Amino acid sequence: MARGDGGATARGKRAAPRAAKPGAKSTGDPNLVQLLTPDGDRIDSATGPDGTEYRVDFTDEEYRGLYRDLVLVRKLDAEATALQRQGELGIWASLLGQEAAQVGSGRALRTQDMAFPTYREHGVLYCRGIDPIMPLGLFRGVDQGGWDPNEFKFNMYTIVIGAQTLHATGYAMGISMDGKIGGDEGEAVIAYFGDGATSQGDVNEAFVWSGVFNSPIVFFCQNNQYAISEPLERQTRVPLYQRAAGFGFPGVRVDGNDVLATYAVTRNALDNARNGQGPTLIEAYTYRMGAHTTTDDPTRYRIASEVEAWRAKDPLARMKAFLEKQQIADESFFADIDEQAKRESLHLRERVLAMPDPEPLTLFDHVYAHGSPLLDAEREQAARYLESFEGSAH
Amino acid sequence: MATETLTLGKALNLGLRRALEQDPKVIIMGEDVGKLGGVFRITDGLQKDFGENRIIDTPLAESGIIGTAVGLAIRGYRPICEIQFDGFVYPAYDQIVSQVAKMHYRSQGKVKLPIVIRIPYGGGIGAVEHHSESPEAYFSHTAGLKVVSCASPQDAYSMIQQSVLSDDPIVFLEPKRRYYEKGPVDVDAPLADAYPLHATRLVRAGRDATVLAYGPMVRTALDAATAAEEDGRDLEVFDLRSLSPLDLRPVYDSVRRTGRCVVVHEAPGNLGLGSELAARITEECFYSLEAPVLRVTGYDTPYPAARVEEDYLPTLDRVLDGVDRTFGW
Ligand SMILES: Cc1ncc(C[n+]2csc(CCOP(=O)(O)OP(=O)(O)O)c2C)c(N)n1
Repeated sequence: MARGDGGATARGKRAAPRAAKPGAKSTGDPNLVQLLTPDGDRIDSATGPDGTEYRVDFTDEEYRGLYRDLVLVRKLDAEATALQRQGELGIWASLLGQEAAQVGSGRALRTQDMAFPTYREHGVLYCRGIDPIMPLGLFRGVDQGGWDPNEFKFNMYTIVIGAQTLHATGYAMGISMDGKIGGDEGEAVIAYFGDGATSQGDVNEAFVWSGVFNSPIVFFCQNNQYAISEPLERQTRVPLYQRAAGFGFPGVRVDGNDVLATYAVTRNALDNARNGQGPTLIEAYTYRMGAHTTTDDPTRYRIASEVEAWRAKDPLARMKAFLEKQQIADESFFADIDEQAKRESLHLRERVLAMPDPEPLTLFDHVYAHGSPLLDAEREQAARYLESFEGSAH
Repeated sequence: MATETLTLGKALNLGLRRALEQDPKVIIMGEDVGKLGGVFRITDGLQKDFGENRIIDTPLAESGIIGTAVGLAIRGYRPICEIQFDGFVYPAYDQIVSQVAKMHYRSQGKVKLPIVIRIPYGGGIGAVEHHSESPEAYFSHTAGLKVVSCASPQDAYSMIQQSVLSDDPIVFLEPKRRYYEKGPVDVDAPLADAYPLHATRLVRAGRDATVLAYGPMVRTALDAATAAEEDGRDLEVFDLRSLSPLDLRPVYDSVRRTGRCVVVHEAPGNLGLGSELAARITEECFYSLEAPVLRVTGYDTPYPAARVEEDYLPTLDRVLDGVDRTFGW
């Protein structure tokens, strides 16, 4: 049996799989798993570097659902960028261009799987069912991430590059120790990071540990080609997915702008992890279309033609082309989704503008689980100080 | 004598340029320092003029940046390492405190490590977490390291060059919220005539109380001194400049005159530099003090979300409050 069978998503009932368009061929390149060409043609199945065969069969409803996810995630992200530009957020790390990598991998997670994100995984966060306003609190500066990682199985954002991969590794070891491997209840972990992060000691140590302990973990590297200004060549001389071999587990490069292939490859790796077959490194080959963050100036380090070449591989356009060609969706469907995206982003905007600043004294909250006399005294001192302004314009 | 008006950031850039011109062994290494010119543009234009072998975009690995600088320094280079933000120095912490700080000692002076570790530090810019920290106490506590912070464009210009010339490793703290503030810089004065790297500087003379600050808080302390004039109080303000080693002789003289001292820093108070300053000043000036040496500092919390950082940071008002308290004793 093909190890790479994507299997069913949690949603929708299974229908007969859509046939791939005759003539649409796999690139035949085991170094890049692809199931949907940039022109929107379906590829039946694709083979990974270790011979694993990847395929997906979604219902029409599921295909439409994936497209909806892509559009909403892009729109909400664009709204956040706009909010930053208007001074409502301190900074924003846009995912523009990386929607398929995030939605494909995010939708491949099962409810019980745990995700450890960086600071750019707004699409995965969305797939986990977390209110999209949550990361905006962090970037607006009213909190440091407001969701409950345990409830949503989606950890806090991580700003220190690579640190979360070790947290994910420890969590995965815990799954093994808890005997939560195998079967439908089996759990797996996914750790997100960028191409730049692969240079960090933490990430390499995470690889070592996970390999040695055969932990149920998937390392999901979104290779968006840049770490701020530094191109991939500044981080590595070998294709990133090949690094896995040195740590003793498989590595696979997937077309990160192809939501179907990303889904199939991630689902397969997660199932392998959950079934006791240890880690996989997935390199989602993609491109960050915008700036690194809103403080960045990408024109200093990359040329327009490169950006244009990647625009031709846009993850949304290719999914839309596929839905149109296969008549899975019609004009009114697309119009409805655009309408929904507009509504939700407007709603997001209204709520962000209404987000209150925290009360000053809350900055003393939660420093320790069991409190601290020093801090209690400081809180009191700060409160007295603030009271001294009572009635003044402060 | 050519005096120009420069921002603190531009003064650093020019100082780095001078250091690169003076000695072909001087190199700059870090994340994004090349094409981008650093996330704060402090190395802007340097790679263009000095090439990729001297302005090196490194892999994204702080421990690697410092660890490789150690080897380069042993080999005879004078690396200037940029840590992108204060909160990201910790992956390199082991290299800095275990290797950089101790190698000269361990080799009985045979190995010199003329490394400058530049860190944009401190808060007040509305950044997200890990971008506003004040890690000076960790480094000041480590013997073998020297720690300095500049507060004016003139000091930025000369102190960075003096640091590069130092055979001791220097942690060079740049007050990032002051990068864009302007001041006069004498760009042609010989470095030998510059104010000594490790000397505390009197920045405002006064009679009634002594205020100590460094880095980003110097501006705040000076503003507070101006505001205190309205209350009829004449504050004397010092810019420490060097956090390790400390140069406190001028401060002792001042406190013996004023009898009152307030120390200001952004870092948390508990075991911060202020504790050390208060203890030393108390020892030296005990019989002259009218009040205990008071500290106005950040609180002992992790650096909070940006929308409450003004409540966390010592502001002009909180400095004045500290001054009030010392007079209320
Ligand atoms: C340890 C550490 N060093 C430096 C930084 C500053 N920084 C933030 S994002 C970034 C680039 C990250 O690139 P990559 O891992 O490729 O992820 P991407 O943002 O491109 O998805 C850098 C250098 C940081 N956050 N953490």
